[in-house]
Amino acid sequence: MSALSAAGAAAAQHPALLAAAHTSTGEAVTFWVLAPIAVLAALGMLFSRKAVHSALFLAVTMVCLAVLYLAQDAPFLGVVQVVVYTGAVMMLFLFVLMLVGVDASDSLIETIRGQRLAAGLAAIGFALLLFTGVGDALTDTSSGLAGANSSGNVQGLAALVFGKYVYAFEITSALLITAALASMVLAHRERDEPAPTQRQISRARFQVGAHPGALPGPGVYARHNAVDTPALLPDGTPAEVSVSKALVSRGLTRPAEHTELPEGPRPGEPEPDYTSNQLGKGPTP
Amino acid sequence: MNPANYLFLSALLFTLGASGVLLRRNAIVVFMCIELMLNATNLAFVTFARMNGNLDGQVIAFFVMVVAAAEVVVGLAIIVTIFRTRRSASVDEANLLKY
Repeated sequence: MSALSAAGAAAAQHPALLAAAHTSTGEAVTFWVLAPIAVLAALGMLFSRKAVHSALFLAVTMVCLAVLYLAQDAPFLGVVQVVVYTGAVMMLFLFVLMLVGVDASDSLIETIRGQRLAAGLAAIGFALLLFTGVGDALTDTSSGLAGANSSGNVQGLAALVFGKYVYAFEITSALLITAALASMVLAHRERDEPAPTQRQISRARFQVGAHPGALPGPGVYARHNAVDTPALLPDGTPAEVSVSKALVSRGLTRPAEHTELPEGPRPGEPEPDYTSNQLGKGPTP
Repeated sequence: MNPANYLFLSALLFTLGASGVLLRRNAIVVFMCIELMLNATNLAFVTFARMNGNLDGQVIAFFVMVVAAAEVVVGLAIIVTIFRTRRSASVDEANLLKY
């Protein structure tokens, strides 16, 4: 009771202190709308099987966090979050995903027995540890950034970055240059033989014995002319080479029962009567 | 609303990222989970800056972002190199040191 009255006296002395300890209604609404979205997107990133979906869910979480930074008097960090994380880093992730192969999804087989259960238990224990730690460290006083941001958030940050933390800032530039060089060294591949000439490429192409010309286009003689529809050979079977291999590996081709003609002309069968559905311009027997 | 709710959100996101590192086996997704953990710590730093009334926490969050960008560049280059030699981005496949 005495602590409460002391806090009340302190609040009476510093009315700004009590006002800053609790956020405005607008900020509370922002938080309660964005926090569930961020957590749900993080869960989606955790449980979606395709890596591209994980990347998109992570982008959602990052945008939510950027708005939360803006709500917490950190406009510079909010903008940097959007530019650096959802712009540069996520684009790099998607770029590498396309390079490595989008059809590579996680298998659901556990290679270590009980790994998922153990990981789940560890996560719950870790969450309890963090939450109790945060709860213990909490104080009800929150001084707010009105004083520190009095001459502008960017100006205040600049005074710190180029004043108190200028040494760390210089080290950061060295780190960035080192990282750029390291990634170039890691991703660079030496060519161990000279590049093949056009003559060699042409010879190699004909020596295999495969079809040397252009591949048949998709959808020829089929019921659709879309790129996912294989062309039909003269005997009515689909030509597998006419569809892009990327579509086949992702399972995006139109299934074979849609490509075959249901009652098409088969070799050796009499020609059906087309006069009824071709406006009378079909072949007459 | 107490500003400490931001800290609880940060702890929750950090836990989700950590469990993702333990659960997933695609190296790129593991990397994304690490990014989520870094983002959660950034949120905690920004909240601490607000609660303490000075901008040092925001400066630290800014440095975390810079280091995370450098880390992503190097890590993704390593993943691409591993994929080139082993044709797989799964962390289970990189087990040459096991035998």
